[in-house]
Amino acid sequence: MKSQNLTPHGDAAGTPSGRRGFLAIAAVGMTGILLAPGVRLIEIAQAAPAAGTTSAGAIAKVRWGMLIDSNQCRSGCTDCVNACNSENGLSGGTLPTDSQWIRKIEIKDVRNGKTQSLPMMCQHCAEPPCVDVCPTGASFKRADGIVLVDRHRCIGCRYCLMACPYKARSFVHEPLTHQKPDVPRGMGTAEACNLCVHRVDRGEAPACVAACAAAGHAAMLFGDLNDPASEIAKRIASYSTRQIRENLNLDTGVRYIGI
Amino acid sequence: MNIVLHKLQGGSRGHHQLLAGLGLMLALGVSALLYIEHYGHIVTGMNNQFVWGLPDVFSIFLMLSGPGTLSIALLASVFGKVEYEPVAPLSGLLAIALVFTGLMLLMLDLGRPDRASQAMLHFNPKSVLSWNLYLYSGFMGFVGAYLWSLMEPGMRRFTPWAIGLAFAWRIGLTTGTGSIYGFQVARQGFDSAIFAPMYIALSLSYGLAVFVLVLLLACRSNGIPLGDALLARLARLQVIFIGVALYFVLIHHMTNYYFTRNRDFERFILFDGGIYTNLFWFGQMLLGTIVPFALLARPPLAQLRARIAASAALIVLGAFAQLYVTILGGQAQPLPLFPGHQVSSSFFDGIVNSYTPSLSEWGLGVLGLALVGLIVTLALKLIAFLPQRLDDAALQKYRAKHALAAS
Amino acid sequence: MAGRSTQRLFIVSMLCWLAALLAVIPAAWAQAAQGSSSRVPQPVIETARGGECVADPSFMRRNHMKLLMHQRDDTLRGGIRTGKYSLKACIACHASQRSQSVTAEPSNFCQSCHNYAAVKIDCFECHANKPADSTAMQQDKP
Repeated sequence: MKSQNLTPHGDAAGTPSGRRGFLAIAAVGMTGILLAPGVRLIEIAQAAPAAGTTSAGAIAKVRWGMLIDSNQCRSGCTDCVNACNSENGLSGGTLPTDSQWIRKIEIKDVRNGKTQSLPMMCQHCAEPPCVDVCPTGASFKRADGIVLVDRHRCIGCRYCLMACPYKARSFVHEPLTHQKPDVPRGMGTAEACNLCVHRVDRGEAPACVAACAAAGHAAMLFGDLNDPASEIAKRIASYSTRQIRENLNLDTGVRYIGI
Repeated sequence: MNIVLHKLQGGSRGHHQLLAGLGLMLALGVSALLYIEHYGHIVTGMNNQFVWGLPDVFSIFLMLSGPGTLSIALLASVFGKVEYEPVAPLSGLLAIALVFTGLMLLMLDLGRPDRASQAMLHFNPKSVLSWNLYLYSGFMGFVGAYLWSLMEPGMRRFTPWAIGLAFAWRIGLTTGTGSIYGFQVARQGFDSAIFAPMYIALSLSYGLAVFVLVLLLACRSNGIPLGDALLARLARLQVIFIGVALYFVLIHHMTNYYFTRNRDFERFILFDGGIYTNLFWFGQMLLGTIVPFALLARPPLAQLRARIAASAALIVLGAFAQLYVTILGGQAQPLPLFPGHQVSSSFFDGIVNSYTPSLSEWGLGVLGLALVGLIVTLALKLIAFLPQRLDDAALQKYRAKHALAAS
Repeated sequence: MAGRSTQRLFIVSMLCWLAALLAVIPAAWAQAAQGSSSRVPQPVIETARGGECVADPSFMRRNHMKLLMHQRDDTLRGGIRTGKYSLKACIACHASQRSQSVTAEPSNFCQSCHNYAAVKIDCFECHANKPADSTAMQQDKP
């Protein structure tokens, strides 16, 4: 039974034997070998995104936003939800594990019984809590204000689901097949409304806005908040609009009238 | 007289039974893990409403107890309490084993654990989970260095450095663990600066309880005489830690209740939360705080051993209750999207949701416990962590010799 | 220092290991050289539907993984959609005429070489492996 002395005055154990010295050098060497690729990978990781961002792409001059007039929303109408589901390949199911990128919320004032209906999706905050908490930077805000999940980097920790004040994020709980080619989504990653970024980049409006307009409800408007000549900017400048949970100071890109 | 460290004597039937039991638990845990990996989180009880479930409760318990078990080593090497020096190595070992397993359990619950390396390659300075990676590995490294300095002959001069860094890291680590919740503005149950110090206080209490349980088990199974003097000190320490933890918990709940905007949540937890209310009052408060406090406040010497063992076990149970209430209770309550309104939607807004942990989640928890047990059991067997004697006479002589040498 | 019997055991096990290596390596080499009797089918390069690829095959063989790795960040994080390097376009061209997919069957475009090289493809956990306008895609609509 080997024993080691724990006296405060460790009696001189002697100089390290040859074996110990070899092990020490080997340990240091191994650490170096193990760390070196990691250092190199970090260099590559940091260098990669810089390439190619100078040519056309998302620019900070634009800030995409939506204005929703909940006075025009009918309780029971789900045109926006159906459009989103079919555009993005969502199942449309409402089990607790199903992803919902947009949902209709019915609210009722407890004092006077007044009811209201409105769609709720990712609010595309200027200061998104989901981006703050993401450990890998997978949840990020694009230059033009759209908050996205980089599913190449998402590790599925679900911190963003916890942190979102609007419960906008969903987690994919099971293996998926038959994804839409424009909308990659997969098991084990977080996801949320991405303002139909594949449509926006083509110059179209998000599917929910398009569907609402096509059906003539006129409840949803999409546009560039930074462009004073855009319809959305003009309306926000003229009418009183609100953000949900304004007190959090998140400066959301989605604004509401009528709540 | 010197306290001599020795390795645990293996080969006994009890030892083999323990290893076999832990091995079985490990096998069950690993099969649960593989099941979840293959089929996805749909096979667990977690969903878009209950985002972090039972595995997170186990993981946070381990991550709180780990730095907490280091308290003994801190008292010995930072605060100069000589009587704890013989058990400082055991304290360090437990700290590493618990923190390692806690972090591992967190990583295994990821939706894409194969991408865990992304967390190392891309660091988000604002994300507490990102810091945690460095806090935990740094903590394990510094405690490892501390153990080396203690146990390698002639390296004692590095002990103050190693333990000082471990101490600083320990504070940072538990602050980080608490801030995972404290920094979230979304939910009424979190969103509070008090989480950081509260978790430090809780970690002291939980960590000491785990340390006491392991110490009692190790000494009993290996025939190491454990004196009442050391146990009495540990009992007194435990009482202090329970008190400090209780203080922070009270402040947290009182403040939440005082704030009108958070009162709904507090009412939910304290009165009409069903399982959460039961776990809070019966599990966390009664079994986890009041009963251990009463048992250890003025224990008669004859009952000291039984009382301290019972208290430690109850504190651990109370810990699980407390974490369940905090983590899951915090998620059960709907988000306050429209105060003053009843809210309903297809995404379960406006209602209190219910959560049932699945068998596979229990499996993950069992995996964590098994791994801690195996690491500690094997480490005690392979490396000399335990002193040969911890009885009153041996400790008294050790103290005297140390005092003489210091003067 | 280990005892005599432990030393002997060590040497015997090393010799066994060496013998196993010496037996297996030439056999594997011979089999690989033969080619025809190997267990994994040789890759089948199905003709793509479109005209020319964005780069010539020798460049693509060596560098498609680098293109995939870096272009995706430009597209996703930068919003740069050049049209030239588009995964959707790759799939639209390279999807098999029979299965309408690049990974559905072992002989499909991506799957075939990746099976041979034993490199698991992670992309299609998330990305659609069929072009948007394929008949199979139409059938999948709910």
